[in-house]
Amino acid sequence: MSGHSNYEPKTGIERWLDTRLPVVRLAYDSMIDFPTPKNLNYWWTFGGILAVCLGIQLVTGIVLAMHYVPHVDHAFASVERIMRDVNYGWLIRYMHANGASMFFIAVYIHMFRGLYYGSYKAPREVLWILGCVIYLLMMATAFMGYVLPWGQMSFHGAVVITNLFGALPVVGEAITTWLWGGFAVDNPTLNRFFSLHFLLPFMIAGVVGLHIWALHVPGNNNPTGVNVKSKEDTVPFHPYYTVKDGFAIVVFLIMFATFVFYNPNALGHADNYIPGNPLVTPAHIVPEWYFLPFYAILRAVPDKLGGVLLMFGAIAVLFVLPWLDTSKVRSMRYRPTAKLYFFIFLLACLVLGYCGGQLPDDHVIPHLSTFKLLDADLNSFVWLSRIATLYYFAYFLVILPVLGLTETPLPLPESISEPVLSHPANAPAGAAASPEKRG
Amino acid sequence: MADTVAGANPDTHAAGDDPNRRDFIHIAAAVAAGGAVAGLAWPFIDQMNPSGDTLALASVEFDLTKVEEGQQVTIKWRGKPLFIRNRTGAEIAKAIGDDSASMPDPQKDEDRHKPGKAQWLVLVGTCTHLGCVPTFGGGDYGGWFCPCHGSHYDVSGRIRKGPAPKNLLVPDYTFLSDTKVKVG
Repeated sequence: MSGHSNYEPKTGIERWLDTRLPVVRLAYDSMIDFPTPKNLNYWWTFGGILAVCLGIQLVTGIVLAMHYVPHVDHAFASVERIMRDVNYGWLIRYMHANGASMFFIAVYIHMFRGLYYGSYKAPREVLWILGCVIYLLMMATAFMGYVLPWGQMSFHGAVVITNLFGALPVVGEAITTWLWGGFAVDNPTLNRFFSLHFLLPFMIAGVVGLHIWALHVPGNNNPTGVNVKSKEDTVPFHPYYTVKDGFAIVVFLIMFATFVFYNPNALGHADNYIPGNPLVTPAHIVPEWYFLPFYAILRAVPDKLGGVLLMFGAIAVLFVLPWLDTSKVRSMRYRPTAKLYFFIFLLACLVLGYCGGQLPDDHVIPHLSTFKLLDADLNSFVWLSRIATLYYFAYFLVILPVLGLTETPLPLPESISEPVLSHPANAPAGAAASPEKRG
Repeated sequence: MADTVAGANPDTHAAGDDPNRRDFIHIAAAVAAGGAVAGLAWPFIDQMNPSGDTLALASVEFDLTKVEEGQQVTIKWRGKPLFIRNRTGAEIAKAIGDDSASMPDPQKDEDRHKPGKAQWLVLVGTCTHLGCVPTFGGGDYGGWFCPCHGSHYDVSGRIRKGPAPKNLLVPDYTFLSDTKVKVG
């Protein structure tokens, strides 16, 4: 998409098309000839995996929409009809429902990879921000999709999430009424969620196009974080990364299939097989697993507006990350201190996810009462959430800005090739480091 | 083509000059187009607000003889649960006794029921935190407890502990007779 093109049309029809709509040239330059750092590891295969996830969700989703009825009286029954009566409906719905979870597993790994290797730093800030936009759209899409079966978790999840906007001063109530199209979550809400759930994936696809465009201007980051210096540092995308991505996609799909065929409800909640009832809230209401860390942040704050602001702030802070990290070194491979804080951050996110699924007042260590601090026992999930929430924000707002100025990074290699070529094992055969040169 | 470009645009006016007729046409066209888009946006925003038929279903009547003393009946009003509770003398005494206790949203019990109808409590049954339905008989204050995020309400429906900011809402309602109320 940028720079010069090595595409040479070979047939008459390709030449004819190339002067009218150079679409084959675009595909060749961005998916075949694209120069890619030769040291990308398997953490870099999740972009391709995510593209496959989006494709699966689009295809299965469009098929489900042919059988689903967006009405409060029929939605639950129509989903059960898909499961029992529609030919292969069970397979298509389980692919779609588990596909959402797979999509989030892949996107979280993709994001943590970007955090670890500093892929958000100049000149890739716009690439990172577009990724954050995709993540936000994914969350909105997943939330509205979860409402559609109109089970108990669907209904009360919709109630809780739309009520978040009610925490805003002055305009809160008008916004929730507007979102609902009535005085509560009801049929108008279900209808508009269905419409938007259909629309948003196509918007995601559009932003993914921009994301790839923004990737192809500076090119891929790589595990060393050192810029590509010469042609020696790169290999063409095809066949090197089509094969590597392809292998990772197959492994990922095996894991996906294990869920779909052997444990399709493991990641869901049993209460969503009870038809939605506005008069009874399930005793233990939890969102889908991929929202649990944010749910824990929401509950960590004893104030309604404060909790809502902090939860949205946890996502907003990602957008400004490129300007919070002051370090000139991209990859944490060469930032031993930052690496330590990064893994604590990863742990804090996992702890928040775990706390989000527990009752706030339950004890972390069973049968041990310590002492009451403010409103809850110190040995409670609400306090564990508070500590993890504090670290989550400190990582972005204090640790990364300060560490970049105070730490001493390890010496960076001269180029991507240099650490490989200087390795004792490669000393006698430096030429072997350029496999693309060999027929 | 190149040799005709010089004459294609006779705008000799440089940046920083006073606006000329062409600038005026540009600005006027942009303002007209912008105004049209802004005006058209409103119908597309307002269509999501409650429709006429939704607004028409806004009130409900209820026969109080169905509720024994100490009981609570939950009915649906505007898509939300509505608690109609026939309080016992002990509950009323407890609610009045707590009038001066410290609470996040201070309110006297007598302001939460109709004058002379202390036994009847009519409340919107959604937690003022995030809209879950609290259950009666739980919590630390003998009233309602919200299972979602642990808000405790007392026997008057006042928030006493937990993240909810407001007391359970008392809707607009009137007694049509001693045994009938109209809500909304």
